[in-house]
Amino acid sequence: MSGSGLLKGMVVTAKNFFGSYVSKERLTTVSYPEEKSTVSHFSRNVPFLVFDGDDADAGMRCTSCFQCEKACPPKCIIIEKAKDENGKPLKRPAEFKIDMSVCMGCQICVEVCPFESIWMDSEFELATTDRFDGLLFDLKKLLKSNEYFHEIHPQDAEASDERLRLLAEKKKATEAKKLARQKAAAEKKAAEAKEKKEEGAE
Amino acid sequence: MSFDNPDQILVELSRLIVGYFADAPYLSFLVGVLLSSVPLIAIFPGCFAFTTWLERKGLARIQNRYGPNRVGPFGLFQPIADGIKMLMKEDIVPTRSDKWGHLLAPIFIMIPAMMGLAFLPLARNMTAVAIDSGLLFFFAIGSLATLAVFLAGWASRNKYSLLGGMRAVAQMVSYEMPLILSAVVVVMMVGSMNTSLIVEAQQYKPWVESDNPLFQCLGQIRGWFVFTPWGFAGFLIFFVASLAETNRSPFDIPEADSEIIAGHMTEYSGFKYALFFISEYVSAFAIIGIGVTLFLGGWNGPNIRPPWSDDPQAYLIPGFVWFFAKMFFLMCVMIWIRGTMPRLRVDQLMGFAWKFLLPLAFINIFVAGFYYYAPWYYGWPVSIGVLWTSYRFLSRVNQDKRIVRKRTYKFA
Repeated sequence: MSGSGLLKGMVVTAKNFFGSYVSKERLTTVSYPEEKSTVSHFSRNVPFLVFDGDDADAGMRCTSCFQCEKACPPKCIIIEKAKDENGKPLKRPAEFKIDMSVCMGCQICVEVCPFESIWMDSEFELATTDRFDGLLFDLKKLLKSNEYFHEIHPQDAEASDERLRLLAEKKKATEAKKLARQKAAAEKKAAEAKEKKEEGAE
Repeated sequence: MSFDNPDQILVELSRLIVGYFADAPYLSFLVGVLLSSVPLIAIFPGCFAFTTWLERKGLARIQNRYGPNRVGPFGLFQPIADGIKMLMKEDIVPTRSDKWGHLLAPIFIMIPAMMGLAFLPLARNMTAVAIDSGLLFFFAIGSLATLAVFLAGWASRNKYSLLGGMRAVAQMVSYEMPLILSAVVVVMMVGSMNTSLIVEAQQYKPWVESDNPLFQCLGQIRGWFVFTPWGFAGFLIFFVASLAETNRSPFDIPEADSEIIAGHMTEYSGFKYALFFISEYVSAFAIIGIGVTLFLGGWNGPNIRPPWSDDPQAYLIPGFVWFFAKMFFLMCVMIWIRGTMPRLRVDQLMGFAWKFLLPLAFINIFVAGFYYYAPWYYGWPVSIGVLWTSYRFLSRVNQDKRIVRKRTYKFA
């Protein structure tokens, strides 16, 4: 019958109208500043530095090897090596800066890092009122805990931890071997000295 | 001033104020005029502001969105933000436009929109201009808006504007006919064009004047013309035609945003644009108000006499509450329709007016005449039968008989 199509359409829109008040699933809008949509584990945005444990300064993984600085295509990483009071370089950065306005998110720094220190973040709220200093991130802003890393990229973090563990084991093994060798050498030396002594005594 | 009759409280207040100026006849006349016109000019644009919010919220919910929710609670102050934005915008006048016409069109369009409000009976004794030919005057003034729309379209010197203006004229002239012819049946029944009398005629007097509160309530509903066969058909025709008269979706062809970029409003910006917008909604309110007056019982509603009053015409809930409630209900239906129907094509629109609504309105006039003289036991069935048959017949005759072949693609 003519006119029934109009009524059917009206029923459909009425269902949508009342349904949007009843079921929250219908509303796809995310009211952004108050609620945030969940970020995927595969989101890669800008780099950050990982530290172990609770103390950012002590647990820093970075050894300031300059690999990332050299590899960075737009040259946005600036590293300054730390030195002790005698001017001897230490295995840690005094300052580590990334210019986020220049970074293109290519992830090459992550690829080259031998110490599992630099990784990609999924942080997307980088807007600032100061586009020069506000976007030049220093150590304080870059260092984030391993727990945070596990939270945003669990797969990467697991793999990274595994590699670090293997590395530590290897290191331990080599050290143990070295220690054993030293011990053996010392014993040999002692035995030789004893022999000499005995010879001298005769 | 007494509180015997809550229905008349505003009327008595205005009489009281005018009474202070009784010594100066000219002054009291002026005060009376201001008291009946200023509230209309203040309240209806206020209703417009609320309706924009209602419309945006309603459409958003129909599309499963939230709608405005940033400014104030539930986004209620959104119209204020919009108004400030409109005021601050640059007023652009095209170089080659007819400057005077371009300036005058938004002013001219406000005048008929506002004048139409004067004939609405908001409550008993609350019609700003209660003249005997109120309905005639309303329709006469209402069609003036077409001129302003065409002036805007012509003066802008823009092809889109001109197209919009011409479409508006064609549409409004066609839909004026069914609109007025559907209102004629009420005039035939009541025997008056006075809007206040039309509302009074929609009360069932024996029940309204009885002592039983339930009957008092029902008596004010039973008489609505929409509950008669000719009234129902007339109301539907009137409502559809009023959608077209006020350029509301699905008949918003003159200002189709996706085709001719808001038509006659293309070259307007800032507050001139806002004036067009306001006038559109105010005239929608006016025409809905007339629809409520004619068919939905005006200020009649489930109302009882206050227990402390002896006045047979006293009502507990003021009549304007019912009037505005019905008006906003119809406005919500309009928004609902806007959220549902796609826009018609120009030829469909014209065909619908001339080949469907107009004959139906004519048949409705004959049915009303028959109903008036026939006793109810065959007046009702015969009028329903005639209206139903003609509805089916007209819709069948107007059906698009072209055979739509399934399209086949040769090279794809």
